Amino acid sequence: MLLTITTTAKPATDLGRLLRKHPDRVQAFEQSFGTAWVFYPEAADDRCTAALLLEVDTARLARSHSRLSGDASIKQYVNDRPYAASSLLAVALGKVFSTARSGVSQERPELAAAAMPLEIALPAVPCKGGPELVRDLFEPLGWRVEAEAVPLPGFGTDSRHVRVRLTGEVRLADALSHLYVLLPVLDDAKHYWVDIGEVDKLVRSGGDWLAGHPRRGLITRRYLAHRRSYERAAITRLAELSEAAEAEEEAPVEEEVPSAAEDVEKSLPLHRIRIAAVVEALGAAGAASVLDLGCGSGKLLTALLADARFTRVTGVDVSSRALDLAERELRLDRMPERRRRRLTLIQGSVVYRDKRFAGYDAAVLMEVVEHLDPGRLPAMERVVFGEARPRTVVVTTPNAEYNARYGMEEHQMRHADHRFEWDRARFAEWAAAVAGRYGYRLRIEGVGASDPEAGTPTQMGVFDRD
Amino acid sequence: MTESENDVPQNLEPQNLVPRPDEPQRGASHAAEPQGGASQAGTAENGVPQRDAAEDTAPQEAPVVSVPELSLVVLIGVSGSGKSTFAAKHFKPTQVISSDYCRGLVSDDETDQTATTEAFALLQHIVGTRLRLGLLTVVDATNVQHRARAELLALAKRHNVLADAIVLDVPPSLAAERNHTRPDRDFGEAVVRRHHRDLKRSLKHLRKEGFRRVHHLSGAEAVEAARVVTEKSWNDRGEETGPFDLIGDVHGCRAELEALLTDLGWTIDRDAQGRATGAAHPEGRKAVFVGDLVDRGPDTPGVLRLVMGMVKAGNALCVCGNHEQKLVRAMRGRKVRVAHGLAESLEQLAAEDESFRDEAVAFMDGLRAHYLLDGGRLVVAHAGLKEEYHGRSSGKVRSFALYGDTTGETDEFGLPVRLPWAEDYRGAAAVVYGHTPVLEPEWVNNTICLDTGCCFGGRLTALRYPERELVSVAAEREWYEPVRPLAAPERDAATLDFADVAGDRHLSTGLVGTVKVRAENAAAALEVMSRFADDPRRLLYLPPTMAPVDASDVDGFLEHPAQAFDQYRGRAERVVCQEKHMGSRAVALVCRDPETAKRRFDLDTAPWGALLTRTGRSFFQDEALTGELLARVAAAAEQAGWWDRLETDWVLLDCELLPWSAKARDLIEDQFAGVAAAGLAALPAAAQVLEAASARGLDVAALAERTAARRSNIEAFADVYQRYCWPTDGLDGVRLAPFQVLAAEGRNLADHRHDWHLDVLDALVAADGTGLLKETRRRFVALGTADEDEATRWWTDLCAEGGEGMVVKPVLQDRPRLQPGLKVRGREYLRIVYGADYTDPERLARLRQRNLQHKRSQALREYALGVEALDLVAKRAPLWQVHQLVFAVLALESEPVDPRL
Repeated sequence: MLLTITTTAKPATDLGRLLRKHPDRVQAFEQSFGTAWVFYPEAADDRCTAALLLEVDTARLARSHSRLSGDASIKQYVNDRPYAASSLLAVALGKVFSTARSGVSQERPELAAAAMPLEIALPAVPCKGGPELVRDLFEPLGWRVEAEAVPLPGFGTDSRHVRVRLTGEVRLADALSHLYVLLPVLDDAKHYWVDIGEVDKLVRSGGDWLAGHPRRGLITRRYLAHRRSYERAAITRLAELSEAAEAEEEAPVEEEVPSAAEDVEKSLPLHRIRIAAVVEALGAAGAASVLDLGCGSGKLLTALLADARFTRVTGVDVSSRALDLAERELRLDRMPERRRRRLTLIQGSVVYRDKRFAGYDAAVLMEVVEHLDPGRLPAMERVVFGEARPRTVVVTTPNAEYNARYGMEEHQMRHADHRFEWDRARFAEWAAAVAGRYGYRLRIEGVGASDPEAGTPTQMGVFDRD
Repeated sequence: MTESENDVPQNLEPQNLVPRPDEPQRGASHAAEPQGGASQAGTAENGVPQRDAAEDTAPQEAPVVSVPELSLVVLIGVSGSGKSTFAAKHFKPTQVISSDYCRGLVSDDETDQTATTEAFALLQHIVGTRLRLGLLTVVDATNVQHRARAELLALAKRHNVLADAIVLDVPPSLAAERNHTRPDRDFGEAVVRRHHRDLKRSLKHLRKEGFRRVHHLSGAEAVEAARVVTEKSWNDRGEETGPFDLIGDVHGCRAELEALLTDLGWTIDRDAQGRATGAAHPEGRKAVFVGDLVDRGPDTPGVLRLVMGMVKAGNALCVCGNHEQKLVRAMRGRKVRVAHGLAESLEQLAAEDESFRDEAVAFMDGLRAHYLLDGGRLVVAHAGLKEEYHGRSSGKVRSFALYGDTTGETDEFGLPVRLPWAEDYRGAAAVVYGHTPVLEPEWVNNTICLDTGCCFGGRLTALRYPERELVSVAAEREWYEPVRPLAAPERDAATLDFADVAGDRHLSTGLVGTVKVRAENAAAALEVMSRFADDPRRLLYLPPTMAPVDASDVDGFLEHPAQAFDQYRGRAERVVCQEKHMGSRAVALVCRDPETAKRRFDLDTAPWGALLTRTGRSFFQDEALTGELLARVAAAAEQAGWWDRLETDWVLLDCELLPWSAKARDLIEDQFAGVAAAGLAALPAAAQVLEAASARGLDVAALAERTAARRSNIEAFADVYQRYCWPTDGLDGVRLAPFQVLAAEGRNLADHRHDWHLDVLDALVAADGTGLLKETRRRFVALGTADEDEATRWWTDLCAEGGEGMVVKPVLQDRPRLQPGLKVRGREYLRIVYGADYTDPERLARLRQRNLQHKRSQALREYALGVEALDLVAKRAPLWQVHQLVFAVLALESEPVDPRL
């Protein structure tokens, strides 16, 4: 909510002319979510500071927050927006200092065009990535960066807020552009809906410096709220703008340290290998109708629909959001009718017996069991193996032994929601017990590249009965 | 099992049959074939030879058409015979489904013959639906052709109901004349004559087609004069309300039966030889035998003599077992495989005189396969009965009742494989049965098997109803070697069904009537329940949400005790103000010992019970930690003498677990501490620049003042949440503050006075030597007295020392729709709910307009569901029923309500 810009260029009070805000006045600018104040805590010949202070109207913000995010939690009322330098401040800065940001000054054209000694202070910048990311983003732009995490009161750990002080010889217009673009990037959030118009804004504001920025990828991605198509549009346009961007694909170094190895997995084609293995097992079993329990966004369903052997495919998920997502990913509304007729999506749970699960040749539990509390596994076994009783059941789950190959620590799991990850012995023991109890034969296979010690990253059990 | 076929079509009380076969046929008459429908059976269930019935109408008398209460009535008559008029006169409009009407529905023209196929498909659908739901249905169509009738009969059979035919047999000339006067029916006499020929041809076959009875109304006068009455099904003995002593499979164990009856307080009558010939209970109790009186044991004739005497005297009812069924066939000289103890019966009966044998055969042959008793609340069948068969009649139903849900396969002992129908049972009626020997009778989804293998050296068991007490006597010895060892019943009552919880639901509660759960809320709850909640066997209750008080008008306060007292004034005399602990809500199921957990709740992995959050999740990931905590509570309960005092070996407690940070650390860091961090970093910096600007002579006074206020607000905010956070290590630092005893064995305690709750809980806390348990401080307030001021001061002090505030509850929840509690939260505490700056006068004014209506309704509905769940837990209702209610609480929690309330 607070930003100060200081210059020591002489006469320092020229800052007022560039910002087009008189140093001796206190001015208020109404914003959609509060009031932006501009005033000068110091205005001497050798040092002049302009302060932009944003008084946020939390009630107004709450209304737009819940409308945008659908978030009904208390977060819409209790949050850091009134205090932190977020996109609210970036937008206010863009509006209040729009002339200065354009770099055109009728009064002092040469001043506006020149780099000047500047000091920018932000007491609380919300930052996903910590002080390091602040340095990564601003240093390549010619700033000296002081960045220090603000402690969490009462916990002795760091908050996600960083106190930031930037100093450097930078053109004022550039400095404002840097802040305008990078504040929401640090926060990785915007208070408004990101549409295709944001691509224009990004190209306009960052055109001069963004194309050559080493963290261009992250900046684009976060600024455009992780919308892939917008990202591609922006990258293309930036490349056209800049020769520096010649054939320069950003190295595939990810900005976030992969906390969950799922990220590692995603970068590998493991999930595709897994789907292929499951489809092959189903095909080998001669299954024509398949029940995909825990279908998620429908990746396996897509593969099954692409294969004419599977005449009836049903996706089940316990989450209605997952089903909505699957509906979109599978483009259900545009699917040809003949294919559409083969597919059913239903909400259901593997721990509730369900008569709709009966009558399939095969059921698949692909990366599902590890999302169940161990205590609920018997209920799932009962529902799937005891009640639905398809001729074939295919179960895949991570092989914990392989995690070390991902550089993961012991006991670390591949996904935050995994309740357990089994090594090969534990999986074999469970699978054999289930097969015995419910009268199935069992075959266990590895999926993915095999390591001589750790085995394969995924393990697959194929259960079948007469 | 094919012998059961002869049970199909007869279902009349004998007294309804007035057999006067020699009466000349006039008026209402029944076709001449013996009853027995499609089958060739010559006897009715009661063993009385079937004679043609209901020739009870002298010519001058009005013919009486008696149809079963639940049946398909098929009208048969040519166009113009007066079917619709007849139907409208004798049945409700909704009971009559006419083919013309269906034709109109699918074509906008009741006479459009091209629409006939679609019209009959629709008619069949409607009729099928009604029969499935147990509604008497009359089909108004010509039905003169065999094919049309066959489809309707198949429909009746599919839904296990009887079908009666009413033939409206008027001269074709009259029908044609009637048609002539109706413009839409003027299709000429030829059609009518052809239909009439079809009818005449059909008449003598109707009975064989499968109608239970054919009511033939011959001539227009008979049609005009006829009266229609309905008769109850033989299975329906709802007027018998007990009390009952239901007795399991006796299998010839007469001595044990006599001993059991004596234990139950019956007086046994004896003949000159000292043989038991009957029994009566001084309190007028009625015995109900679940069948299999015979075979295997030492004295089948003795058992039959006793039971027949009891039944004859009206002191007992008896349903047919598979052994009676087979014994009758054997005694009638049919070819049956003599096994499973049949030889013993035949040998013993051979020693009896012939008149006894005849009587025994008649008795056994007349036994019904199942009874509905006590207004339909109790169903007795030898091998059990699924809900859709209750009160129905067909070969399928009888076969199920005698043999269970068999697959036709046999197991390794050569015994038939039976499907566990009881696990799927969701009916409201209790089903009592026998047939499969078990070690211990156990209620599974409101069903219980009473066969405890007396003849195999087990026990003979009785169930007292409605007391639901089990009484049993041990067998004198093993009378017959069991084919398969007696085992604990294979049960999995914990298997819940999607259909138990999904979709729109209407649940009835004692407190607020019907509570509706919307499908979309159920869908949300399904995810939480499946992915996060604990094993449903330990999830017996979820705490309801609680509404805050009306907004306060006291300066600076959004919530204040004054409004709570006002809200209860006139609705309660005394209220209790309870300290509101600021931690996480916890429901603790505490068992006296691991054996109790295993026996009562079927919990293997959770030896002491469960400690769950308000969304049903286990508090600690570490089971050992949960176990240790619960063991400490159990030890305190032991020390406090709770188990004896409450006559239980488990309790369910409503508690708060402290500190808040124990469960919510991530949330606090992310949500509250993060906000404080930003505010405490930004606001002092803002104050500083404003001060500098002011020093320069700029007028920023108002802005500086507001900023200073916000700064002190955020400082207060940071103080608040930190009070509820402290480090814990294992159980060190963890406190549990119980404030209500929800339930114990056999009792829902939620209806007890709060002074009782706090009193017993004080004893528990005092008995805890580990420092885990924490007292709940309280003040009792007689409304309208100085207590109110005293309690207000107490609340102010609680809040000043950092408390969250208090909850005000009526001491006794004795009125429907009375809010079970209102929370009055402290002024500072509310900063973490409404934001640091909520105390700004302008904002406070806006917040006072908050709408509490939905929250209150939600609180009340959830409370009512919770109390209902506790009732069910206390009376050991099927798990799925408890789960339905618990699930509903979770579903209601997903209704969109202002999260700050």
